[in-house]
Amino acid sequence: MASITLEGLKKTYSGDVQAVKGVDLEVHDGEFVVLVGPSGCGKSTLLRMVAGLETITEGTLKIGDRVVNKLEPAERDIAMVFQNYALYPHMTVYNNLAYGLKNRGFNKDEIEKRVQVAAEMLEIEEFLDRKPRKLSGGQRQRVAMGRALVREPAAFLFDEPLSNLDAKLRVQMRVEIKQLQRRLKTTSLYVTHDQLEAMTLGDRLVVLNAGQIEQVGTPMQIYARPATMFVAGFIGSPAMNMVPVEYLHARGANGLLDNLPEGTDIVGIRPDDMHLAPPAGQHLIVESTLQLFEAAGAESHLYVNLADSDQPTVIRVSGQPPVAEGETLRFYVTRDALHPFNSTTGQRTGD
Amino acid sequence: MVENRPWSNFFAHTILILGVALVMLPVYIAIVASTQEPGEFLRGTLPLLPGGNGIDNYTTMWQTGISRAGAPAAGTMLLNSVIMALAITIGKLFISILSAFAIVYFRFRFRVFFFWLIFITLMLPVEVRILPTYQVVADLGMLNSFAGLSIPLIASATATFLFRQFFMTVPEEMLEAARVDGAGPLKFFKDILLPLSTTNIAALFVIMFIYGWNQYLWPLLITTDADYYTIVMGIQRMTAEENPQWHLIMAAVVMAALPPVLVILFMQRLFVKGLTETEK
Repeated sequence: MASITLEGLKKTYSGDVQAVKGVDLEVHDGEFVVLVGPSGCGKSTLLRMVAGLETITEGTLKIGDRVVNKLEPAERDIAMVFQNYALYPHMTVYNNLAYGLKNRGFNKDEIEKRVQVAAEMLEIEEFLDRKPRKLSGGQRQRVAMGRALVREPAAFLFDEPLSNLDAKLRVQMRVEIKQLQRRLKTTSLYVTHDQLEAMTLGDRLVVLNAGQIEQVGTPMQIYARPATMFVAGFIGSPAMNMVPVEYLHARGANGLLDNLPEGTDIVGIRPDDMHLAPPAGQHLIVESTLQLFEAAGAESHLYVNLADSDQPTVIRVSGQPPVAEGETLRFYVTRDALHPFNSTTGQRTGD
Repeated sequence: MVENRPWSNFFAHTILILGVALVMLPVYIAIVASTQEPGEFLRGTLPLLPGGNGIDNYTTMWQTGISRAGAPAAGTMLLNSVIMALAITIGKLFISILSAFAIVYFRFRFRVFFFWLIFITLMLPVEVRILPTYQVVADLGMLNSFAGLSIPLIASATATFLFRQFFMTVPEEMLEAARVDGAGPLKFFKDILLPLSTTNIAALFVIMFIYGWNQYLWPLLITTDADYYTIVMGIQRMTAEENPQWHLIMAAVVMAALPPVLVILFMQRLFVKGLTETEK
């Protein structure tokens, strides 16, 4: 059990490629923090720096109170779950779990005991004497988790552990990982590019872009109040629509936009905040043409182009409204659904 | 594949049978010849049925050899050949797997340069560098010794290259997982890389053993003491005689052909097992 502290962590590859440009982060003891971002944002590099698989160019990394910058992965008291599981193909599941313990000089009884406990927890007891190749993807995933579990480390590091599973299994494993972490209360750092995974798993999210932290917060904080345009576009699906303030003014805002914070020139609107029926209270009215109607069961996505600007916009409504492609649609937005941003700085301007 | 085409089956089998016959004929003739009476070959026709002198020929060859031709007993020569071939094979595998390990997994200065240096020696067969090598071995006093027979042939670019290619297919995460699991480089090598390479080692063992077994020019050059003659060069010496005793020579030939066959049979089990069991 320990916290993980990152202070000004930087990673520069030869040729002056900056993969991580100074990250400050504190993962509290027992917390589940998810690093999320598009591919190439440096999230995996960051995790690998914590694991000790990448060297740290600059900054300090602490696990507990120990500075571990120069320590080998094995000395950092962490366990890692890899994307492709990286099980040892020639060893049985039992030996896969036991290998790390053997290397640390645990005695046989203790190894036996720990492997049994982990296997029971992950329901893989019946596979213990099989080779990984005889297991299905989900079972391998469990073995990979088990290998981390038996070590009882100070922290778990997950590198996109679910991305090789099919959609159904992914949801199931997601729930199990969450429950397991709740039970064990082991500090965890989890990397994913899947925002749904990030939202559902993390106690806190860290949204990364281009080697820098864009925003840190609980999933709902980030969803409700994205700090930058990048976060606004990245978290939430379908992505948040961005509409220039000028456009709304020109459509007749009824003074509704007058109290936007200074510097606001673009506003974000979540697809769910665009209503087809006029809501109570003051609201904006925008006209658009329906380009594509996408029925997704309980909800529908309407792809529309705003009138006179052809800007593509997505509306999410529940159920299936009686609309036809090519039709002109009018939608309504209330003032509190607007997320004000400055398009030059990309920052949220207030609210 | 489910197919039912009698004619194509018939053709395929005919061609296969012809091929087998073509390969087996010389072997058959060698075996038949090794069972003939001493005078049989002087008549000018090659007998195609086994003669009755087989046991005699093999015992003579195994125990005494043809001393007139300066060839010792086949038993001794076979033993020498086995020692040399095994020394070369094991030495080659040992050195090449370690150098491939170094080249793939360690970042050191001039790594690429060293790789190319090794790779370039692929283009130099034994015959090209035989004179300087002879000089070196002679100066080191290794003529007429097993060390002299095997050490100069141990360096192997082929095996290093093949192991390198194999190591590069082992996922990087395997090494990383091992590092997180507390395995140092040598432990990783021993516990993970080596077991994964079994198939490759078995295949290379066969190739290298046959390479070592078939060495002819090098043993011929550096051995003058009959105690160190190998079977392949021994056979050559026997045929160089004025009246070659073919029945004995053929007995030696058959005996010389056996160890590589045994090695292949034994190793085949190992690498078929490896092929069906490994998975990356």
